[in-house]
Amino acid sequence: MQLDARIPGGPLADKWDAHRFALPLVAPPNRRRFEVIVVGTGLAGAGAAATLGELGYQVKVFTYNDSNRRAHSISAQGGINASKDYRNDGDSTHRLFYDTIKGGDYRSREANVYRLAQLSNEIIDQATAQGVPFAREYGGTLANRSFGGTQVARTFYARGQTGQQLLLGAYQALARQIHAGTVTSYTRCEMLEVVVVDGKAAGVVVRDMVTGEISSHSAHAVVLATGGYSNAYFLSTNAKACNVTAIWRAHRKGALFANPCFTQIHPTCIPASDEFQSKLTLMSESLRNDGRIWVPQAERETRHPRDIPEDQRDYFLERRYPAFGNLVPRDVASRAAKREVDAGKGVGSLHNGVYLDFAESLARLGHDVVTERYGNLFEMYERITGENPYEMPMRIYPAPHYTMGGLWVDYDLMTTVPGLYAIGEANFADHGANRLGASALMQGLADGYFILPTTVAGYLAGMLGKKPVPPSHPAFAAAEAEVKDRTNRLLAAKGSRTVDWFHRELGKIVWDECGMARTADGLRKAIADIPALQEEFHRDVRILGSGEDINQALERAGRVADFFELAQLMCRDALNREESCGGHFRVEHQTPDGEALRNDDEYAYVAAWGFDGPGVEPTLVKEHLEFENVELKTRSYK
Amino acid sequence: MDLTLRVWRQAGPDRPGAFEEYRAREISEDASFLEMLDVVNERLTLEGKEPITFDHDCREGICGTCGIMINGKPHGGQKGTATCQLHMRKFGNGDVIVVEPWRAAGFPVLKDLMVNRSAFDRIIEAGGYIGVDVGSAPEANLIPVPKAVSELAMDAAACIGCGACVAACPNNAAQLFTAAKVAHLNLLPQGQPERFARVEAMVDTMERFFGSCTNHGECEAACPKSISIDFIALLNKDYVRAKRINRAMVSRA
Amino acid sequence: MTTTQAPARRQYPWPIEFYRSAVGKKWVMGVTGIVLIGYLIFHTIGNLKIYLGAEEIDSYGEALRDLGGHLVPRTSLLWLMRGGLLVCAVLHIHSAATLTATNWKARSGRYHVRDYAVASYASRSMRATGVIVVFFLLFHLADLTWGVTPAASDVYARGAIYANMIASFERIPVAILYVIANLSLAPHLYHGTWSLFQSLGWNHPRFNQWRRYAAWAVTGFVVIGNLSVPIAVQLGYFD
Repeated sequence: MQLDARIPGGPLADKWDAHRFALPLVAPPNRRRFEVIVVGTGLAGAGAAATLGELGYQVKVFTYNDSNRRAHSISAQGGINASKDYRNDGDSTHRLFYDTIKGGDYRSREANVYRLAQLSNEIIDQATAQGVPFAREYGGTLANRSFGGTQVARTFYARGQTGQQLLLGAYQALARQIHAGTVTSYTRCEMLEVVVVDGKAAGVVVRDMVTGEISSHSAHAVVLATGGYSNAYFLSTNAKACNVTAIWRAHRKGALFANPCFTQIHPTCIPASDEFQSKLTLMSESLRNDGRIWVPQAERETRHPRDIPEDQRDYFLERRYPAFGNLVPRDVASRAAKREVDAGKGVGSLHNGVYLDFAESLARLGHDVVTERYGNLFEMYERITGENPYEMPMRIYPAPHYTMGGLWVDYDLMTTVPGLYAIGEANFADHGANRLGASALMQGLADGYFILPTTVAGYLAGMLGKKPVPPSHPAFAAAEAEVKDRTNRLLAAKGSRTVDWFHRELGKIVWDECGMARTADGLRKAIADIPALQEEFHRDVRILGSGEDINQALERAGRVADFFELAQLMCRDALNREESCGGHFRVEHQTPDGEALRNDDEYAYVAAWGFDGPGVEPTLVKEHLEFENVELKTRSYK
Repeated sequence: MDLTLRVWRQAGPDRPGAFEEYRAREISEDASFLEMLDVVNERLTLEGKEPITFDHDCREGICGTCGIMINGKPHGGQKGTATCQLHMRKFGNGDVIVVEPWRAAGFPVLKDLMVNRSAFDRIIEAGGYIGVDVGSAPEANLIPVPKAVSELAMDAAACIGCGACVAACPNNAAQLFTAAKVAHLNLLPQGQPERFARVEAMVDTMERFFGSCTNHGECEAACPKSISIDFIALLNKDYVRAKRINRAMVSRA
Repeated sequence: MTTTQAPARRQYPWPIEFYRSAVGKKWVMGVTGIVLIGYLIFHTIGNLKIYLGAEEIDSYGEALRDLGGHLVPRTSLLWLMRGGLLVCAVLHIHSAATLTATNWKARSGRYHVRDYAVASYASRSMRATGVIVVFFLLFHLADLTWGVTPAASDVYARGAIYANMIASFERIPVAILYVIANLSLAPHLYHGTWSLFQSLGWNHPRFNQWRRYAAWAVTGFVVIGNLSVPIAVQLGYFD
């Protein structure tokens, strides 16, 4: 199989314009004849559904949440990048493009990233017009702050709730279209199967989570905006319901899955406090601006941190990276913390974190300044841990946070199944092997507001005059039967362990072997262990109740079943990639002083995996990455 | 710590509900309230009893999905805290904790502690937006907004739509939710063209589902984002003006 | 492409439409509340004239009846004011009754445990105190305005305000009734005064705290002023 990303020719800066001109259009009166299904209502999904509605298409939008306002985009704290250069500090489209490519450790497509940088400014315009209350200067103009991995201040923010405010903007735009009748909204409705007829996406099968009813919906095109799969690790900063099911089902129906091993571990999260921990909470990265990270020099230290004298502390980031110190990029900081904890120097009662200490900042800046900058974060930390960061250093540890991998898509964001699109975190497109801070919101909205509504027209134009495959088509009945069968088998197991137990066990394997540091042996072991656990899961899971009403354990079980399959692919991909890049660190491939060692000659490609049946080794298809506008360099933060 | 839970169990929307008592032994003080319920559910499942259904998602206090009445207080009563951020160290060993769903005609119970809050979506759909199609936005800095106005709009926009305000209100009014969205949009220059149409449509929709505000202030106390009832005053003022101004505009058109 | 529909237009003129909404009714309660509070303050000032002696307070009553002097028929302005008060009271009560019905409909079952954080006794007892005040008002009118026994004392004489008041308040049960009624009025007046600022949308961070002070001041003046009279009578101050 050959992968064609269909990247337009011509100079980098003109590609998107040229492509937009080349794409066929759908005339306004014809748009209402086309039906589009959008699954997911995060930034990408809500943005796309609203925009398609505004354009005049007939849209159906599905979410498993109880409202379109709740998707996990809402939890993004820091901000959204745009190359407005309002600060006059030398920013430009090209610089944002360059920073994103470099931050992604040269594993993303130049053309996609450049388009993202071009659209970043329009996103800010759109969000501002929608009433997103971005932070302002006293003169009334928009404010910016700087973020990791860049030397310009280009991040727009709404306090620590930028994701929430942008999502509410998209949700409100969607609400307007629902009111206008162009969009039909299905809440508490989970997509469980993609239906492909004659090689093209024809619709989806969904389960009404309140009544348990399984139903089919057909359309001319299907858009998956269903987010990332960090919950494969069980403990992550993702919301509890975040899952891989939608894109995994698409993968099983023929969509290639790209770079599944590219996952991002965020360095500043609150460590787990006990075995029943259900999720990890992220603390904004901005804390590293004024906090100093350290561990005790002694192993299994039990003294109160304030009783440990300076000469018995190890400020390991400052020691190893004198130039960047505590502000090294996320992947570097995460791995350094892991190394200390693995060496037995972890702090807290479980010895599973490192200290983030504000004592020096409190002395230098005073209590008031620290409160002004971080007061709300300190409060949040105290609410969760019961410890007061003004008196005692915070404990932090890295946690899975974002997945760069996802469904393979071409320049039009179409998967390898015609008519099936993947947008936002669900696709693999723009972040390469590592995502820079404040870029996720940018990508979700670029895909949803601008790219997909344009490119989908190019596909739909060719279907003018054709009705969508009706839901009465046998393929839908077959898909429904398959979904019901899956559900019934899960319910019929009547085993002895809960869904969460299996999820937690799976998470431990994935975290240990396919987390921050990966080895060939470990990955092989995981590839052997996961199917055994998976088999046990299907045999021994206990789900009470029926599929005929609200059954949260059943919902989770379906998702965990797909995580089992995904986890194996993540490990295979990690095993295949014999290099260290971005979030993917192979212990075998590092410099003598422990830094990531990329292999551009052999691995400058996107690893897209095909599904050939359960338990069958998947096929790897490579999309080679061409770099014509940037020079591949080794990242150094010393 | 060991606890006794009295939990409202209800099989479906039209089914009768009742309290059931569960012992929750050896709960970690560091667990969040929802993690405590997770543990109880795991044990119930192993005992062959159906686990308790409750809404939750992000578990970091921003998505607004969770919401439980705990000992007669929405979200448990800790100031500015959603249920998912409430931790067990706030309770004492041996405590009896009464756990109920939000109760309001506008929020019918779906199962156990899970309610249907889609009335909130109807209120937003009625006008809780600024009608600007993608593509038609002007350059962002063409619309200067005084910092103070922007901050105030952000205070209102912080609403997470959890429904605690309705649950807390003795009248089950949704004034604080509606006022927060109206204030967010009506304070900003971008929101002015639809200002009066918005407030009229949103209030009229709200009143189809919920009671009326009699200024108890319980909503503000229950709000996990501590949104001020000052915004309700703004809502009232704009609504009164809207009834008149919208009429005047219609009669001129 | 799409435009959002304006809300469907209705047939009624806007004041009626406005009154049909709950926010509108609360606004009406606020405005009528101001009139009634204004009346109460004025009435209390009048009552306190009893301390200046029979002639002062009786001539105060006469002045009311003679309002407008020779320009208008005698008592016409007084009746106009009474009519206005009556309209306000009816609207106030009608709004309250219909809102109460709405709010009861908005509820679905009570919480088995409910621990209020800030809702005060005053705010939660508005309906009860309102009903008490209405019944008291009827008694009060029968006692000192219409002179209908047994509400009024046996010695009631039209226009003899000083004598009527003292005769009425010398009856211990009546004095107790007045005290209870005024104590019921206190929370109603306190929450009503504060609350009307919210309902009318009068809100500013600078003066928000003064809304509470104003409520205390109005309540204190009216209730203490009115309570003092039956108590003073009972204590023999006017003997």
